[in-house]
Amino acid sequence: MTNSRTMRVLQAAAGMVVLAAGWQILSYVFPHYLFPPVPEIISRTIEVLITGSLLVDVLLTAGRIFGGLFGAFILGSILALVIGQSKTAENFIAPVLTFFQGIPALSWVVFAIIWFHGIEFRVLFIMVMTTLPAFTFQILDAFRSMSKDLFEMTMAFRPSRWTLFRFLIVPTIVPGILTAWKVNLGNAARVVVVAELVGATGGVGYQLLRQQQLFDMAGAMAWTLQLVLFVLVVQQTINAIENWALRYRAVSERAM
Amino acid sequence: MASADPVIRFRDVSKRFRRPDGRGDFVAVDKLSFEIGKGEIVAVLGKTGCGKSTMFNIVAGLIEPSSGEARVIGHDPFREFAFFRGKIGIVFQNDRLMPWRSALDNVRLGLQILDTDAGQANETARQWLMRLGLSGHENDYPHALSGGMRQRVSIARAFAVDPEILLCDEPFSSLDEMTARDLRAEFVRLVRQNNKTAVFITHQINEAMEIGDRVLVFHHPARIAYETRLDAATTEDARRKVHEDIMRVLSVEQAPT
Repeated sequence: MTNSRTMRVLQAAAGMVVLAAGWQILSYVFPHYLFPPVPEIISRTIEVLITGSLLVDVLLTAGRIFGGLFGAFILGSILALVIGQSKTAENFIAPVLTFFQGIPALSWVVFAIIWFHGIEFRVLFIMVMTTLPAFTFQILDAFRSMSKDLFEMTMAFRPSRWTLFRFLIVPTIVPGILTAWKVNLGNAARVVVVAELVGATGGVGYQLLRQQQLFDMAGAMAWTLQLVLFVLVVQQTINAIENWALRYRAVSERAM
Repeated sequence: MASADPVIRFRDVSKRFRRPDGRGDFVAVDKLSFEIGKGEIVAVLGKTGCGKSTMFNIVAGLIEPSSGEARVIGHDPFREFAFFRGKIGIVFQNDRLMPWRSALDNVRLGLQILDTDAGQANETARQWLMRLGLSGHENDYPHALSGGMRQRVSIARAFAVDPEILLCDEPFSSLDEMTARDLRAEFVRLVRQNNKTAVFITHQINEAMEIGDRVLVFHHPARIAYETRLDAATTEDARRKVHEDIMRVLSVEQAPT
């Protein structure tokens, strides 16, 4: 198992090395303002991480992503549970969420700029509106996949609604919640940059706009990498939580 | 309720389900009447689809009869659902263990729902796992247990809440014969030792005769087509005769529509 895991890490690292090497070759062929050398990008990336005033922008974006995701998660969980228990609620809410899903993130950015003054509220609104449908539908799917057998078995002990929620519903929807977080994290990272690019005075998106105005490709790459690193770290954290929370699952040796 | 009153009583109970294609109703139970006294082990025998499980679900309070009267300990199991907290233990056809709970936690489930003190629940669950030969497997998750072990955990879970009535829906049908025989013997011993009333649903004649003080044979839709009493004094010849009678009753059964 350890060998195959090491092999996977090596393969992933090899892919990144090939990508970096390809970029470095391009930096020899094209001017540096188009393809800056890899060492320069790395040095700029580290500079952002160790410079307090720059790191604040990364943390600001991270905070906005988490704020938006938590907001959408809480709202989506409530909506999913309401829809899951009432066909009328489903008929009423589901089409609206589907309609929202069809609205591009950029349209939400425009709506937010027209409707609201506060930057933070604008970003929060955009994040929640763009990730809410996915959270709701994914948690609803998890709720609906609840085993009828386990439900009847639990009901045979006559639990209260709260006990049923704690002992059966929560463990049933946890895998769906974790998947929803993983899927929405990537979406949220993309959307937050668009929101900051257009309507914020701080954060990774704002810094990207500045690099574009300065025509600084190394800076643009450095700020992009901040976001990529952030997503990777959070994804790994969710994976670790998933491995712990779903440790009861059997894993086939063939799948290792 | 007088002590002589039956623990379970069905009077002309019927249950109809709407067909999924909308073409009328499907009758699963048809004017079923029977009584089960305290401490009895009654085996209910019938072909697949004859309505045994529907009757089982009515006793468990999971579905409501369309007509007639079902009473368990003198109460309506569906309408007075909460009254039966801790009074009915169920062993299902499949083990129905929560995959995210260890064996010990699965046995503790009913006790936790009944708000039993955590320490006492833990001790009771451990005791039941030990009695069912699962010491050392307390922290194993269901996927790490064999089918027989999982069914033992589900039996422990049912007994742990110390219910007055045990309902078993073909609990050993998916196990190999040797394991099923051991568990049957264990089950009967535990029921007698703890003075429980038990309803045991099966489609195997030998199993019904091995377990039941009384055997009820159902026709489709569920109604009693044959009934007999068995005890330690029943001779081998009498048992062979009962076996033949049951075979004959089941062979004239119409296939469910």
